[in-house]
Amino acid sequence: MTVPFLETDGLTMRFGGLTAVDGLSFKVEQGAIHGLIGPNGAGKTTTFNMISGFYKPTAGQVRLRGEVISGLAMYQVARRGVVRTFQHSTLFAELTVLENALVGTHMNFRPSIFAAITGRDAENRRGARVRAEETLDFFGLLGHAHERAGDLPHGHQRALGLAVAMAAHPEVMLLDEPFTGMNPEETNRMMALMFKLRDSGVTILIVEHDMHAIMGLCDRITVMNFGRLLTEGVPREIRAHPDVIEAYLGGGRHVA
Amino acid sequence: MLHILGWPALAAAMIALPHGLSFSQQEILVFLTINVLLVTSYRLLTLTGEWSLGHVVMMGVGAYASALYTKELGIFVPLSMLLGAVTAALIALILSFPLLRMKGFYFLIGSFAAGEIIRLLWKRFRNPFGGPKGIKKIDPMPDFDAGFYSFDFFEPVSYYYFALVVVGVSLWIMWRIERSPVGLTFHAVHWQDKLAEAAGVNVRAYRTRAFVIASGFAGLSGTLLAHYIGTINPNSFDVEMMVFVLTWAIVGGTATFYGPIIGCIVLTILNEIVLREMGFEQMRPLIYGLLLICSVLFLPKGLESVVQGLLARRKDSPASGEEKA
Repeated sequence: MTVPFLETDGLTMRFGGLTAVDGLSFKVEQGAIHGLIGPNGAGKTTTFNMISGFYKPTAGQVRLRGEVISGLAMYQVARRGVVRTFQHSTLFAELTVLENALVGTHMNFRPSIFAAITGRDAENRRGARVRAEETLDFFGLLGHAHERAGDLPHGHQRALGLAVAMAAHPEVMLLDEPFTGMNPEETNRMMALMFKLRDSGVTILIVEHDMHAIMGLCDRITVMNFGRLLTEGVPREIRAHPDVIEAYLGGGRHVA
Repeated sequence: MLHILGWPALAAAMIALPHGLSFSQQEILVFLTINVLLVTSYRLLTLTGEWSLGHVVMMGVGAYASALYTKELGIFVPLSMLLGAVTAALIALILSFPLLRMKGFYFLIGSFAAGEIIRLLWKRFRNPFGGPKGIKKIDPMPDFDAGFYSFDFFEPVSYYYFALVVVGVSLWIMWRIERSPVGLTFHAVHWQDKLAEAAGVNVRAYRTRAFVIASGFAGLSGTLLAHYIGTINPNSFDVEMMVFVLTWAIVGGTATFYGPIIGCIVLTILNEIVLREMGFEQMRPLIYGLLLICSVLFLPKGLESVVQGLLARRKDSPASGEEKA
């Protein structure tokens, strides 16, 4: 039996008396774009936060290639190759675009105080810079390298958010609602970037509301409702699944 | 041109400076040099976004440690200074475990409490800290004949040169740290600690590093002070002194490396030369408070923003364009 690439196993999160996520198990294949969707309050973001190490699960595990990564601090999860992005335009707004990407290279080019003082980190700095510039080029931001990140237009800021994560050379990228507040044109451009990311070998897990983007983008989709797994499948199956339609549009069994 | 000639010219000016001053002004110059190190080390801490109220106490830790090492253990003074700085850094490392669990306002209050605890320990324990009267007759720097210049460290000019070298090297080290990827990581931790952590930065470790390094250099400035004035007591490092450091940093601005240094120099000149000459010495806290309010209201980015404005104007002017060509 092969070990799954990324899997959650009985993942549970309780906040006091509220069970936000209840025994969720699903698997993500390597090299896929995997969507995690569900109506508001389904526990998507909580799940996301548990995978990225932002929350410690009450019970259950997250495993990457069989290694348990749940319960580790966020930076430790990142060092195992699972890097997340944030909702909205979370960036180092005061730093330049290039500096943002340079922070992303932190793990691969670990700075050292003593080398910095004696000047023996020149090679390390050069490597980090090359990596940062490559990443900016990948996302079409190299022309903006010396602008202040906070001054970029919205779409570019989102792309830069991806670039910071990408500069870290992750195996898995966790994207938290990357399409929120985007117009259709920006959404299409973002989708193109994500296909490009996948083709470069990065596995992507997306939490998203935007059905259009999710259906067009994902290889597999996991649907959650009320903290539990509702169903899983390829976009065509999900679109036609009666439980999903009911969860989104409301049905006779649980009228609000 | 400026880059090649600027540094030697500055060094020459610094060396020549004390010879144009009176004895009491020379003494002030020594304190000013020490305070520049103190306020610059404070800025290093603020890079990670944390403002401490215990920084002056860390200076005191260095001063007490170095004074005791020479008095009790007979350690050679320059060496004990280094050990004093290391001691301050180690104490900061220990304090970081409870303190750096907090951020922002809570860290501010926590650092104040930690500082007061240390000060109360100095007051309470006569042995070895000397109680409220502190430590007296601290060994001075031993005299030293360099051939071209005979250093007598009771003389302010000699001590000024010594402090200038120590402070210069320290500033250079802090400058290198800030301009390195480590400094960039400090900024990253300041602006978005969650995003930095998602990029694999151990945020807690970096905040600890900034706190420990800053405290080490504060401790070094304390040792410079202790071996110059020869007597220290818990009140030398009280919250009033901390307020002065805060005022220098805020009036100068903390966005640039030189901002706090400008703040320190300008306010010291204002205080020691203008106010003392005019006999307003007693009103110093009042005037500092007024200055702080005025600078927050009218110069929110500090004196450094004035300098930045001047530099930008010079760059834009046609004269410098010709220079470049």
